[in-house]
Amino acid sequence: MEIPYTVTPRTDTGVYNAKLGIWLFLASEVMLFGALFSSYVLLRVGAPTWPHGYEHLNIPLATVNTIVLITSSVTMVMAWASLMMKNLSRFRLFMGSTILLALVFLVIKGFEYAAKFEHHLYPSESTFMAIYFTLTGLHGLHVIGGIIVNLYLWGPGREMWKTDPGRFTNRVEVAGLYWHFVDLVWIFLFPVLYLL
Amino acid sequence: MENVSVDEVKKHVRTYVLVFVSLMFLTVVTVTISLFHLETHLAIILALCIAVIKGSLVASYFMHLISEKKLIFAALTLTVIFFLALMLLPVSHFADRGL
Repeated sequence: MEIPYTVTPRTDTGVYNAKLGIWLFLASEVMLFGALFSSYVLLRVGAPTWPHGYEHLNIPLATVNTIVLITSSVTMVMAWASLMMKNLSRFRLFMGSTILLALVFLVIKGFEYAAKFEHHLYPSESTFMAIYFTLTGLHGLHVIGGIIVNLYLWGPGREMWKTDPGRFTNRVEVAGLYWHFVDLVWIFLFPVLYLL
Repeated sequence: MENVSVDEVKKHVRTYVLVFVSLMFLTVVTVTISLFHLETHLAIILALCIAVIKGSLVASYFMHLISEKKLIFAALTLTVIFFLALMLLPVSHFADRGL
């Protein structure tokens, strides 16, 4: 049996099913990160002293990572736009760039973590380090999840372009919505953890 | 984004480039402001205002919220209400303790 509303929007919702699904998932993600941000506020306001992020964390590396992630968001939306313009090879170029940029982000994050461990700075060191590792670690897991999905769409998943291009384009749009959310979370994490 | 013509997508691409430049500029502004080590309250307000502008640009243009259907907005309105309630929990805690 064919799955309904993978390409055409439902008349009652106005969107195709996967789009409604991803937005509801992202709403749950907002609550997940929201709970952690709320905990951060509670711990920071309640603490007698709180270190400035710039005293313990590497601002230049985090700035480069911010630029890398924002660029990956642009390449992701360009990958979708390429499919809308019926250009699969350009899609592969932009999606491949998105994956590479995501890997660069993880490598830089790895260097940052390694420097912390070298100085014996673990989550148990302080409340600040605990919240830093929790928030950036959870965000890093989301980046890994995005890489897996994007790799599938860039590789074997693109076979669907030959049989059902509309559905494949929508899959890329949905993966893009997730990826932009990951970028959005970092846009808030960067100033909150590193700059304040 | 359903039923969009190729010409419209080409227009979107120009918007994406403009948004990208704006995001880069705002990132530089955020980092530059942090170098001045302003008083904590002012630094928090400025950093969060810039982050909200950057987040709105990503959501509006890259996530196409600017042209999204009513149902998506309804779901997101509920999310925003619950998110704000979460953010107000610490405030109520400290108000309760008279801090």
